[in-house]
Amino acid sequence: MISLAALGVAYADGRRALDGVDLSIAPGERVALIGPSGAGKTTLLRVIGASLRPTAGHVRVDGVDPWALSGRALQSLRARIGKMHQAPPIPPRQRVVTAVLAGRLGQWPLWRAMASLVYPLDIAGARAALEPLGLTERLFDRCDQLSGGQLQRIALARLLYQQPKLVLADEPVSALDPALARSVAVALNDDARRRGVTLIASLHAVDLALSEFARVIGLRDGRVAFDRPAAQVGQAEVDALYAGAPVGDAAEAAEPAPRTRLTRCA
Amino acid sequence: MNAVVRDPAARGRATALVLGLCVLWPLLQIAEFNPAVLFAPGNLATLGGFLATFLPPATDADFLGLLAAATLDTLAIATVGIALALLIAVPLALLATRSLSIGRLDGRLRPLSEALRLCARGLTLVLRGVPELVWALVFVRIFGLGPAAGVAALAITYGGMLAKVYAEILESTDLTPARALLAAGSGRLGALGYGLLPVASDELMSYTVYRWECAVRASVVMGFVGAGGLGQLMDQSMKMLNGGEACSILITFLLLVMAADALSAWLRRQVR
Repeated sequence: MISLAALGVAYADGRRALDGVDLSIAPGERVALIGPSGAGKTTLLRVIGASLRPTAGHVRVDGVDPWALSGRALQSLRARIGKMHQAPPIPPRQRVVTAVLAGRLGQWPLWRAMASLVYPLDIAGARAALEPLGLTERLFDRCDQLSGGQLQRIALARLLYQQPKLVLADEPVSALDPALARSVAVALNDDARRRGVTLIASLHAVDLALSEFARVIGLRDGRVAFDRPAAQVGQAEVDALYAGAPVGDAAEAAEPAPRTRLTRCA
Repeated sequence: MNAVVRDPAARGRATALVLGLCVLWPLLQIAEFNPAVLFAPGNLATLGGFLATFLPPATDADFLGLLAAATLDTLAIATVGIALALLIAVPLALLATRSLSIGRLDGRLRPLSEALRLCARGLTLVLRGVPELVWALVFVRIFGLGPAAGVAALAITYGGMLAKVYAEILESTDLTPARALLAAGSGRLGALGYGLLPVASDELMSYTVYRWECAVRASVVMGFVGAGGLGQLMDQSMKMLNGGEACSILITFLLLVMAADALSAWLRRQVR
């Protein structure tokens, strides 16, 4: 379903975010991407998500090369891919129900999207997506009344409502406390298993990667360091992956900080 | 040996300040503005005499009736003008703004979209490049004396202004939600409604109300060239050297601006 061959992404200044990546991921696989900050995890997810065009090599998603598609076909491919981010991209003044229903914008015709702004057209659907996350009471609350953890679960509910064939999660649990992080990771895996769809998530929590996912790919310096079933990943390999990587603040600085929402002057 | 730590940006700031002054001073000379002239004794007396004719404000029933009708005219011109301007501004702003560009998202710029965007920007420039007073003079010749000319002039210039500022507001707000929706296959209008407007709505709203206030003012000015409303009434009062009537008109005008202010504050509380 997803195949990458000799994939490379170079920035304008010549730095290489990815270099010679060969990967193939079958439908229904649940893959964790681990590696130090700056290893290329986000870039790899953006390439697979048809958001970033690689500068070298080939990419096929859902059996097609996204960059050979027409604009409309590319849009419909993107609508079949669900994405989660470290900072949930949800407007603070939006109501929970609208934020969840936005998951199907790529599938809905325009009239339906616009009508649903006037009166939410699928309240039952939004409710059902919030149900497993324990947030049905917040259906008509505004998102700026929620905590960070709740907001990330709203983003997850949007993803569940979208019902994508491929789920890409970029550090979905990094901003959450350990218990919540595990529950979100479990929910992502459960959904993928139940619907038989592909899940690829980048994680900083190695224990979650090893315990919840079937396959683990270690990335370092834009290359694949190892790629094997989670059960066969040894501690030594993980240590080597992170060895010599900058720790603490320096590691955070290497990756752009998640954008905080701007509060425009009132 | 120990290097003094200096602010590396200080030199740039100082240069900018000096350059700014170098540009502003000659401009002040060209504008022939000399504050001392204001306070010369002869001028003060003239000014005082002129202002004295404004008191007391006219309050006779006949004039108040005229005033009420003219106020209604002005409000109608401003409101209908803004409404028509919106019809021009909204589509133009959506065409002109870069924040709903799918091509900018993935670096695959579509030449057609880019050309369209440029055309929309050019059109807003033309619309707002000609002052509304000039448009009003043109339309008075088409529609004759009265409010219709003012409405048409407002619709055109304010359509251009609103389009430009709307496009810029949409670009300067947080684009993350809209980008995420576009990346998930949403259409441009979907991303607008679910990602961009919820973030930008209060700013768009307050700018629109402010423009409505400006339209009230502009419709007064256009009244002097025959486009109806308070301006036309003011023109007549001034020509008849009736300071009391002019004063009442100015007071009405002040009240209108205050009302616009209150409306803006109230609307922004509603969308917050």
